[in-house]
Amino acid sequence: MAEPKTERRQVRSLPVGWTATPVPPLMGRGGPPHMRMLAKVEHAKDSRGVMLRLWGYLRRQRASLVVTALTVVATTALHLVTPYLLGIAIDRHILQGDLWGLARICLLMLSAHVASSLLSWLQVYIMAAASQRTVRDMRNDLFENLQTLSLRFFDQRAHGDLMSRLTNDMDNVSVVLAQSITQLVSGVLTLVGVVGMMLWLNPQLALISLLTTPPIMLLLTRWVGKRTRTSFREQQASLGALNGLIEETITGQRVVKAFAREQAVLAEFDGANRSLQQAATRAQTFAGFIGPMMNLVNNLGLAIVAGAGGWMAVQGMATVGTIASFINYTRQFGRPLNEIAHLYNSIQSAVAGAERVFETIDEKPELADAADAQPLTQITGQVSFDDVSFGYEVNVPVLKRVDLCAEPGQVVALVGPTGAGKTTIVNLLTRFYDIDDGRIRLDGQDIRGIKLHDLRRQLGIVLQDTFLFADSVLENIRYGRPDATDGEVIAAARLANADQFIHRLPQGYDTVLSERGSNLSQGQRQLLAIARAVLADPGILVLDEATSSVDTRTEKHIQEAMLRLMANRTSFVIAHRLSTIRKADQILVINEGEIIERGTHEELLARRGFYHHLYNSQFRADGRGQTASQASG
Amino acid sequence: MQATRRLGAFLRPYWHWATLAPLLMMIEVAMDLMQPRLVQRIVDEGIARLDLSLVLTTGLWMVGIAIVGLIGGAGCTVFSVLAGQGFGADLRRALFGKVQALSFGNLDKLGTGKLITRLTNDVTQVQEMVMMLLRIMVRAPLMLIGSAIMAVLTSPQLALLFLILIPVVTVALVWIIRKTYPMFSEVQRRLDGLNTVLQENLAGVRVVKAFVREKHEIGRFRRTNDSLMAQNIVAAQTAALTMPIVMLALNLGVVAALWIGGERVMAGGMKVGQVIAFINYLTQTLWSLVMVSQLTMRFSRSEASAERVLEVLDSQPEVANRPDAQTEIAAEGRVAFEKVTFSYNGDGHDAVLRNVSFVAEPGQTVAILGATGSGKSSLVHLIPRFYDVASGRVTIDGLDVRDADETALRSKVGISLQESVLFSGTIRDNIRYGRPDASDEEVMAAARLAQAHDFIVAFPTGYDSPVGQRGVNLSGGQKQRIAIARALLTQPRVLILDDSTSAVDIETESRIQEALAGLRPRPTSFVIAQRISSVLTADKILVLDDGRIAAEGTHDELLASSGIYREIYESQMDNGALSHG
Repeated sequence: MAEPKTERRQVRSLPVGWTATPVPPLMGRGGPPHMRMLAKVEHAKDSRGVMLRLWGYLRRQRASLVVTALTVVATTALHLVTPYLLGIAIDRHILQGDLWGLARICLLMLSAHVASSLLSWLQVYIMAAASQRTVRDMRNDLFENLQTLSLRFFDQRAHGDLMSRLTNDMDNVSVVLAQSITQLVSGVLTLVGVVGMMLWLNPQLALISLLTTPPIMLLLTRWVGKRTRTSFREQQASLGALNGLIEETITGQRVVKAFAREQAVLAEFDGANRSLQQAATRAQTFAGFIGPMMNLVNNLGLAIVAGAGGWMAVQGMATVGTIASFINYTRQFGRPLNEIAHLYNSIQSAVAGAERVFETIDEKPELADAADAQPLTQITGQVSFDDVSFGYEVNVPVLKRVDLCAEPGQVVALVGPTGAGKTTIVNLLTRFYDIDDGRIRLDGQDIRGIKLHDLRRQLGIVLQDTFLFADSVLENIRYGRPDATDGEVIAAARLANADQFIHRLPQGYDTVLSERGSNLSQGQRQLLAIARAVLADPGILVLDEATSSVDTRTEKHIQEAMLRLMANRTSFVIAHRLSTIRKADQILVINEGEIIERGTHEELLARRGFYHHLYNSQFRADGRGQTASQASG
Repeated sequence: MQATRRLGAFLRPYWHWATLAPLLMMIEVAMDLMQPRLVQRIVDEGIARLDLSLVLTTGLWMVGIAIVGLIGGAGCTVFSVLAGQGFGADLRRALFGKVQALSFGNLDKLGTGKLITRLTNDVTQVQEMVMMLLRIMVRAPLMLIGSAIMAVLTSPQLALLFLILIPVVTVALVWIIRKTYPMFSEVQRRLDGLNTVLQENLAGVRVVKAFVREKHEIGRFRRTNDSLMAQNIVAAQTAALTMPIVMLALNLGVVAALWIGGERVMAGGMKVGQVIAFINYLTQTLWSLVMVSQLTMRFSRSEASAERVLEVLDSQPEVANRPDAQTEIAAEGRVAFEKVTFSYNGDGHDAVLRNVSFVAEPGQTVAILGATGSGKSSLVHLIPRFYDVASGRVTIDGLDVRDADETALRSKVGISLQESVLFSGTIRDNIRYGRPDASDEEVMAAARLAQAHDFIVAFPTGYDSPVGQRGVNLSGGQKQRIAIARALLTQPRVLILDDSTSAVDIETESRIQEALAGLRPRPTSFVIAQRISSVLTADKILVLDDGRIAAEGTHDELLASSGIYREIYESQMDNGALSHG
């Protein structure tokens, strides 16, 4: 079974295909547009809805929002005023030789700048906290909902995708919330303010510069933008293809070597590499033009202001100070426009990401407690399946009209070929999935009428693939019953034959397991899982006995431990060991979703049916038969 | 700096573009730097002297210069992209080619996940850095120096302000960078912690639900989430100081220039236009300073990537063809191990195999039994030379495998590895992997031998059915059988089946064994198995214990003579190992 890779490195940096990096506020205002050109732009399906929901989260930080709004307005106002003051300083004081007036204005400008710096710092300070809190809330909601979802959800989704939502998508959202919104608002305010100031200072000059530069800018951006978008799509496609090839090949590199296919693989790679190179060159050249073009527009704006303004000054229709102010304003005009264009893209991407996050938050749990679900405390352990049918997918039945009954304390062995339905029976009993037809009853009560958590608490499960947490051995065992004392944990470990090997570990019970428990052998992990189940002391036990690559000594330990665990408990065992089967109170032979035979070992052998055949094929070549080479002569 | 510089060798084929790009950028910068000067002329000479024609001509000059600047900037873009993409493509090719040349030992040490990251993320980072280097990293310093020079030229007295401003801003920037860098590293660490909680919950969802620990996990997540948030806030708030400080310094400089310059103008020592121009240059200089600081941060990140890329490029394949490697091999298939000792770290310590000697005659089936870690897989991996022995020899028909050409060797030795990896493509393509020119009949014959034909034709599109990435829509047993068919198709002289029927039930397994027994000519087969039932019919059984051959013989011989064999046999038989899936 393919394990989810430890993809943390990839998840931490942006998903392959992105080349921008998460931008700390250092690179906010005024950074050259060149740098963020390579970001992939996605579009959400329902931008408005998503933005409203984001706003809903953000709204909780009421105080912060109010303060931020005020500071944005204040700083924008201050930014608008200072070029005006500059013009005044030049016209009314410098050119008039008014030293004291100059001094006053300089002081005024000084205080304006200090105030503006303080306010803008305050603004980022507050928004950073507010946006992080918002993101934290979203992450919590995502995780909490995840806990309610059914197994089917997890089966159908790649883990990497879910993790990406939690990290990358949320990262984008936090950047947007912290920076982009304020930048957008202040950008728009600045634009409006600049236009206003320009018109107020000198309407003719304002009109001349506003009617020339923005249209040119729009034309240029549209020309470049269109080409950039199409060529980006091609680039992303080529990149995806190349990366897919890389991933698949390297994962299967050993097979490539075993079959001496290195040359063939290299040829394939070359093709994909060349395609990417061509597509990327085109895409990034167009994207790269934006910078110089913006520069051109800026310079043209400057030329127009200086030229037209100068002409007007000569005619006496404008002053030098006005020109100086205008130059400043033109600069202030260009920057927000630029930023807004890029902001639009990053906001779109973040909204798309937020949409994915909300999608997961909105997932409905498949299995829920019925409104009148009963709690469950003590059970005797009687289980029955009445005419149960089920399939993981529609029209692909896995269990067909299964009937079974287990009395309290019985050991029921499930045997049968791969895919016959044994694991499914277990999944249904624990209500990891719901049945399509029939009823499953515990002590006579339909399990759908029992509170899910109570049901599962009464079922102890030891699975084929043992999952352990990156925590101490003690805590891993305690997972079975959180309120158990250390003494109880150790007692459980002893019963499970795990105590011995735990003592031999470097820090004994306090040894911290590595991820997925990989610093223990398979057998040792199984013993821990058994200890965990022992501690949970369930009324009903479900065991999967798959023989893995375990050495004989540990085999014996596991066997003994399982026997102890099964004592006095109704146990469903997906059996692989003959001893278990022989001793079982009931053997259910399952084939193709149906129980074809049932009885004790002796009864079934006597019947000389499927079970008999299965049992004997085990020993067919056992000494009594011929070896393969003898047979072929 | 080291690593990135070394990778610079890949840029060499594109040196002409790589030089043109900065040169063109210099043009753009030069044009930009001229603009304030021209404004100065308009103000001080045009307006002051009421010279309209001068104003207009200078204005036109400005337009002209702007267009030249565009050509410079656009040209720089084109060439830097060409150079950067060429660099990237070559680097990727070199890296990928290197991975193909590496042997199993290298792959073990480097790790699949890491290799993928290096080929994708890390190369992209370095490539981006190169493009930025040729574009923005030329522009910012040039702007910085250029505007500083222009400022000095415009007014040497005012330029003295720089002596205060630049150090102050630099110190502030450096301090902030020093403080925030470890903060952001800590953010990453805590993010990793959060990822771990999520990943464990995803992988262990059954356990969490079975033990009803959802609340506990939620609590755990919340705590980690809060800690991440706290760190993020601290880091962001500290980094937030940058802009305000720089802006303040800049604006104070402007005011100071205005005051001092204004005084001078009034005293007659300077002209208004000069002051305006100077303010422009001052602004430009400080902005460029900020840009340079931000770029240095980017640089360190890409340096880390460059180092990782170099790590792969610098690896030497542990197993490589000798200069006079033989290409004609394995006519009969007699495999012999002579006093073989092997360990994964190559130096004989922690030996996985010790003094192993045995002979497999042509056509024999040799079964290898033993506990995990006893050396079974390692033993068979030596035959196709996935690893090299530490001492002793492995020979096929008397030829030491180290003297054989790798490709020829592997075409004669067919192996079905422990992890049956399939590739995306059709089932047919997968079976044909070792011999792409095999006919459909041969493909089906191989599939029949591996007992895979029946389930393949049961699929709606049969042999043309697509296999998802890594073969996800097939069961474990089906994948294993396809992998066996793949190995069989190459008609190997030596066949190795490494635990390749673990997910296949006993019935099917014995049918496969029968089919293999019927092959003519019989390949010399090595079968590694867990279940003793798989080895009962072998011509020779090797029992490995802690890297040594503890017992050798047929099933009957071993039952009589070997205590270890008996123990394994009895424990498995008693417990039934009634393993049918």
